[in-house]
Amino acid sequence: MSENKTLQIIQDGLWSNNGIFVQMLGMCPTLAVTTSLENGFGMGLATTFVLIGSNAVISLIRKLIPSDVRIPAYIIVIAAFVTIIDLTMNAYVHDLHKVLGIFIPLIVVNCIILGRAEAYASKNSVGSSALDGISTGLGFTLALSILGATREILGAGTILGIPIAGSDFQPSLVFVLPPGAFIALGFILVGVRWINEKRENKA
Amino acid sequence: MSQTNLLTTTSPHVHDGDSVANVMEAVIWALMPATAMAVMIFGWTALLVILITTLSCLVTEHLFLKLRKRPSAVADRSAALTGLLLALTLPPHSPWWMCVAGGVFAILVGKQVYGGLGYNMFNPALIARVFLLISFPAQMTAWPAVNPLFSEQAYSLGDSIAIIMTGQSSAPELADAVSTATPLGQYRTETGMGKTVQDAMGGKYTGYDEVRAASGLIGGSLGETSALLLAAGGIYLLRKKVITWHIPVTMFAGCLVPATIFWTFDPAHYPDPVFHLLTGGLVIGAFYMATDMVTSPITVKGQIIFGLGCGLLTYLIRTWSGYPEGVSFAVVLMNAVVPLIDQYTRPRAYGQVA
Repeated sequence: MSENKTLQIIQDGLWSNNGIFVQMLGMCPTLAVTTSLENGFGMGLATTFVLIGSNAVISLIRKLIPSDVRIPAYIIVIAAFVTIIDLTMNAYVHDLHKVLGIFIPLIVVNCIILGRAEAYASKNSVGSSALDGISTGLGFTLALSILGATREILGAGTILGIPIAGSDFQPSLVFVLPPGAFIALGFILVGVRWINEKRENKA
Repeated sequence: MSQTNLLTTTSPHVHDGDSVANVMEAVIWALMPATAMAVMIFGWTALLVILITTLSCLVTEHLFLKLRKRPSAVADRSAALTGLLLALTLPPHSPWWMCVAGGVFAILVGKQVYGGLGYNMFNPALIARVFLLISFPAQMTAWPAVNPLFSEQAYSLGDSIAIIMTGQSSAPELADAVSTATPLGQYRTETGMGKTVQDAMGGKYTGYDEVRAASGLIGGSLGETSALLLAAGGIYLLRKKVITWHIPVTMFAGCLVPATIFWTFDPAHYPDPVFHLLTGGLVIGAFYMATDMVTSPITVKGQIIFGLGCGLLTYLIRTWSGYPEGVSFAVVLMNAVVPLIDQYTRPRAYGQVA
């Protein structure tokens, strides 16, 4: 694997082809659990773990899977890793696990994971696929953390549970409710496009 | 050569001289009596709420159009009207930051992100009110008692500024505004505890009777109070042909027909239709909010469906939901289905099959 290719994979996953900002995949967990930075970050890391594992294993067995049944085969691999992270989180970060609730098992049907399996891991080597899992996962974590932090600051006036705004600040409850997720994500996407436009104009 | 001077356009060719600014101005004038009444009833704080909200709408409109490199449309008065309508849906002691947040949200999220005037899906003033109601439920449901201007218990201008800017009056004996319940709120709370409508509304606490409710001497948002003056403005708009009768009349019907039916069968648990008409935002909603040209259906048939839906949803929300008042939710919900209504009520060309 050349250095250029490595860099390309990292850049694609983190920014240029970011699962949330660019591909708009996996909207369900993105909108549902990002009521705080901690929730967004936790969900992001759990998904990253599954992505790395499933990408590596699917790449490993890609030549053994008949193409007619590849989607069920991918799902079984993904489900195995989701079970691991589900039980692990339940044991070690029980409170976070309780907050994220049903959305941990639902990682199985996260489009980003199946998308990377189909679009990348089934065609590339184990090393590249694992790296792709890391960068895509961290890009997802980045997006969820930004969204979670924005909603936590606006909706509760805290960050990681620590109050940062003065006592005069009135948190706007709508941002911790579902409509606030759409509004906040919309404005974050505006920001991302604006940054990309600036960078293109410079280049 | 002379051909280049020939101007060819598609119809319509005859223009009656109406413009966005004219229409908006007519609506603003129609609202003036009710606005003046609101200031009279609630004192200087009402005027401050209206000024701050309108100003933040105008500033947001100007700055955002500048950002989009579009010509400023502040002069078309649509932002001013949005600000006035939003202010009329706010409580009389709304803190300044809530007025600003509402004004910015109305223009930015309610209108400009869709592409500006004419492209917005929801009534900007109402979507901002819904945003504020969900975001700041405590401030949005704090109803001070009626404090008419120049009366004994009225706040001075200085006190009013202090209330809006800092949340409390400088005069210690007036530190806590006397609060009251809106008639709709009173009805929902008390009947929720098992009382009959007569017991709930009979108390002198709210001072509800038809005359007070019609003239506006009841607690509530600035524009919820004086049903008579709002209706007068609405009739002016009908006469000026700015709005047609279809939406207001069907919206009243949608709310009052079920109200009459339930009241006839069980007057102990369902208030009479006059109560529904005179309290809350039904009149301002029917004449000024639901009739917004951008966010209501085009055809007459569509407008009738739309009006009935607005009224019926208002009644359903008022009677069985978690909120005592439902006009804003009802209109916003019906706004969302306007494209669908337009799709199904499109007139068929003569001779066209299916």
